[in-house]
Amino acid sequence: MAAESGKIDPMHQFEVTPLGGGFNLGGQEILFTNSALWMVVAAIALGLFMWGGMRRQLVPGRWQVAVEGFTGFISSMMMANIGSEGRKYTPYVFSLFMFILFCNLLGMLPLGVLGLHPFTVTSHIAITGVLALISFAIVLVVGFWRHGLHFFSLFVPHGTPLPMIPIIAPIEFVSFMVRPFSLGLRLFVAMTAGHVLLKVLSGFVINGFNAETLWLGSIVSVLSFTLMIGISALELLVAGIQAYVFALLTSLYINDAVNLH
Amino acid sequence: MPQIAQLTADNWYLASQLFWLLVVFAGIYVVIGRGMLPKIEATVDARDRKVADDLAAAKAAHAAADALEERYRQQGEASRGAAQKAVTEAKDKAAKDAEKRLAKVDAELAAKLAAAEADVAAARSSAMAEIEAVAAEAAGDLVAKLSGVKIAAADARAAVKAVLK
Repeated sequence: MAAESGKIDPMHQFEVTPLGGGFNLGGQEILFTNSALWMVVAAIALGLFMWGGMRRQLVPGRWQVAVEGFTGFISSMMMANIGSEGRKYTPYVFSLFMFILFCNLLGMLPLGVLGLHPFTVTSHIAITGVLALISFAIVLVVGFWRHGLHFFSLFVPHGTPLPMIPIIAPIEFVSFMVRPFSLGLRLFVAMTAGHVLLKVLSGFVINGFNAETLWLGSIVSVLSFTLMIGISALELLVAGIQAYVFALLTSLYINDAVNLH
Repeated sequence: MPQIAQLTADNWYLASQLFWLLVVFAGIYVVIGRGMLPKIEATVDARDRKVADDLAAAKAAHAAADALEERYRQQGEASRGAAQKAVTEAKDKAAKDAEKRLAKVDAELAAKLAAAEADVAAARSSAMAEIEAVAAEAAGDLVAKLSGVKIAAADARAAVKAVLK
């Protein structure tokens, strides 16, 4: 990547490049890109993972336990945050969680060693923003569907003194409207930052060994590489946590829509 | 930052990202979220129900076993009580029998003793009578030899009796 100048561009990994297969949809050119490829890979990997847990045995095997661990994790989260009505939204939140998790983890695969370029789908605000908007739209639709105009009482927390309402309501409204942005930005920023950090450190490793004073460069390289190992582990954790946070916040927002305050 | 630069620079970028995201995510939602997830949850629910049922059955069996043990214990206590009563009765009866037999033997022994004593007394009195007769004869003879006076046998006997008394 940008090897001709001897510099390593840590942002190059985020570039979406067309892989061909373009067609026209309502005047818009749609291309099959590396981003689309990794979405499909994530979907296939997720499908295989789930398929392995579909044996429906009474005494589950290891794979089935793993899959049931994920489903149980999400359904108990929905149960805890929303109540028994949360079961209706479990398919959406589960799909969201697993898709984000698989995209995050697949982006971490060290396929660069094999000459492939893994792409982290969730490092694009266009993707995370749309997912956040879908969650937000579900909240709006469910909220107005169930409560009608009463849904606006969400902006007046329970027990607010009457004179405070003109001040509290706009604040609540703004914090409500900011939700999709914070939801989308959080994931996008966490993924981008982690991958930039890893790429910068790997640039240090390469440039260190290429340095003129090799002994000093080697020290830098070894130290950077050690740090990379630790940060890779941290990024794996972040991949899980960010997927969890996205799903958790979505469930909390849906709870607002289902149960108001 | 290509994520933002491409939004404006490449007119295919946003449409392609949106299109493929919606296609893939809708696929995941339909196939995995709506298709596979309910089946897996149904399996988990069925297992949970089975475990709960089995636990309830085990609890019931445990209670039944407890009741059975209690009944067994009560029966054991009752039969032990009956056995103790039977033993006590047998002991009492045996003691009474022994007493009765002992009393009978005592009475027999006492009768034998009385008969023997009577025999002894009879023998003694007859012996005394013989001694008196012999002594009276001897006394009569002695008087006759010493003084030549013949005394009546009845007098001698009375004198001997007075001396022996």
